[in-house]
Amino acid sequence: MNDATLVRKNLFRKKARAILLIISIFIAFLIHGALFAFNAGMSGGFGAVAADRLVTMNRASFTVPMPYAYWGRIQALDGVEAITPLNWVGGYYQEPMNQIQTFAADPESYFIVYPELTVPADQFADALSRRDCAIIGRSVANVQGWEVGQRIPLSSNIWQRDDGTSVWEIDICAIFDAALDNVPTNYALIQYDYFNESLAFGRDSIAWFSLLTGDPDRNDAVAAEIDALFANSPNETRTQTEAAFGESFMAMFGNIALILTLVVGAAFATILMIVGTTMVMAINERIKEVAVMKTLGFPAPRIFRMVLSESILLSLVGGLLGLLAATGLVTLVGAAIADYLPGVHMPLSVALTSLALMLGLGLITGLIPAVTAMRVKIVDALGKS
Amino acid sequence: MTANALYELSNLSKRYTRGREEITIFSDLDMAIPHGDFIAIMGPSGSGKTTLLNLLGGIDAPSSGEVRFEGARIDNLSQAKLSKWRAANAGFIFQFYNLMPTLTAAQNVELPLLLTKLSGKERRKRIATALEIVGIADRAGHRPRQLSGGQQQRVAIARAIVADPKVLLADEPTGDLDRASADETLKTLQLLNSEMGKTIVMVTHDPAAAKYAKRELHLDKGRFVEKEALA
Ligand SMILES: Nc1ncnc2c1ncn2[C@@H]1O[C@H](COP(=O)(O)OP(=O)(O)OP(=O)(O)O)[C@@H](O)[C@H]1O
Ligand SMILES: [Mg+2]
Repeated sequence: MNDATLVRKNLFRKKARAILLIISIFIAFLIHGALFAFNAGMSGGFGAVAADRLVTMNRASFTVPMPYAYWGRIQALDGVEAITPLNWVGGYYQEPMNQIQTFAADPESYFIVYPELTVPADQFADALSRRDCAIIGRSVANVQGWEVGQRIPLSSNIWQRDDGTSVWEIDICAIFDAALDNVPTNYALIQYDYFNESLAFGRDSIAWFSLLTGDPDRNDAVAAEIDALFANSPNETRTQTEAAFGESFMAMFGNIALILTLVVGAAFATILMIVGTTMVMAINERIKEVAVMKTLGFPAPRIFRMVLSESILLSLVGGLLGLLAATGLVTLVGAAIADYLPGVHMPLSVALTSLALMLGLGLITGLIPAVTAMRVKIVDALGKS
Repeated sequence: MTANALYELSNLSKRYTRGREEITIFSDLDMAIPHGDFIAIMGPSGSGKTTLLNLLGGIDAPSSGEVRFEGARIDNLSQAKLSKWRAANAGFIFQFYNLMPTLTAAQNVELPLLLTKLSGKERRKRIATALEIVGIADRAGHRPRQLSGGQQQRVAIARAIVADPKVLLADEPTGDLDRASADETLKTLQLLNSEMGKTIVMVTHDPAAAKYAKRELHLDKGRFVEKEALA
């Protein structure tokens, strides 16, 4: 027997009470772990961000297009190693609900700027040789059950063709994969020229460019150079790193994180009060035992540690079980939704935050009981029978 | 004063203030307790018996005066030092046993050994011996709830002697027991005194219990009255 034995026995002296407390702590940490892991998964949707990749968009907003001519002008700059234009298509298949996130792109330059994506060479050659070819991501292929060689009518909810319809017949010529799990492949690319030529309005517009500088140290200079090129024109540009672009895009999710923090915060405030008052009650029930321990010669600091350890143990048992369950849940659900939202897993940062919260909860709920126990006056406590 | 007394009390006073009123429990008490003594302290309720025992056990401090144990003062020690002193020198026996309900008899007896540096093997030996001495080895795995009052008090005595203290301080150790259990308990204390040389100070209301001691002291109105020992 040692102090840890005593701590454990005291904690579980009333089994039902201990188990109820553990369950409430478990639930709080399950909620915390799962919500924040999903939140991280959603805001981490941009996947592998290249350090030397820049994004140029219209200074007004990334929903306002830029002229086609910008492509050549930016490409001509010295600091630009590779550049690729992109435009929104807003695609869906058969039902508007069945969205296929689609971009009009120049496949040849696209896969140079995004080297983390791979396409089989024969499929790629085929896709480049035919104008009505689409290159779709692995996730799209999985979700829709599509294969190379299929012909698909792809509708747009943004654009109209000059023949009055909004449907583009495309051949699935290639499927691209990502080198890393958290790089999304849940979108499709169709040929810019083929798409552009048939538009009834808004021809020759580009939503944004992605480009490589070849050296992260040159990012700022190149961005400044690009934006200077179009300064005082009707379509000024804003060029930023892909990471910064992702962040500004994710600022929209900022409110969700705040709401999550409030919800989880409320859950923690509740268990803090429940566990806190229960632990105070628990120590008051055994003041006399504490006095006996002191009489036997247990020093006050040791008693302080033992009582504090009880709350920390409680918090760790409930918290670790909760974190474990959250990790299991996130892993299972993450695998199931990988095609829609890749890279959902339990991030180390969330697990570490969880651990810190466990220790914090244990310390806060254990402090009052520990001080109470440490201060017990033997004579007063033993006098009460 | 006895030359090599275990305890020497001099000018010992204990007062409480209740509001504006000051109550003196006893004042200028002088007493020596030699090694190997077995004293029964008797006296009316409220006369200060428990208070005196607490001063001897270093769990209460006098208002004035000195408590010396083996020549060294313990009345002015810090809480931390008193904890150490108690763990090393004093064994406590209470009227209501005060065992830990979550621990078995053997674990209750082991408690004071957590304050020592003894090996696991040595601990087990000590626990077994202590339980043997009080005659309750067969109940080592039982929890207090599963034991009678008399059996619980034996476990408590085993706990008090397991760390081999010099003095046993017992506050009405038979106050909650029937006659037969009380006699068993008192015989055990007598044995610990005569065979193992433990000095014992026992507070009791029961004249029959007091007969087991070597001498009886009556505390009344802050004064000691000694009766001739019968043992
Ligand atoms: N903390 C305290 N504050 C005020 N008075 C106290 C306090 N503790 C004890 N007393 C008083 O001191 C006196 C002696 O108490 P003590 O417990 O020593 O008596 P006792 O002889 O053990 O009595 P009993 O036989 O009933 O156990 C009592 O009058 C009691 O009310
Ligand atoms: Mg008393």
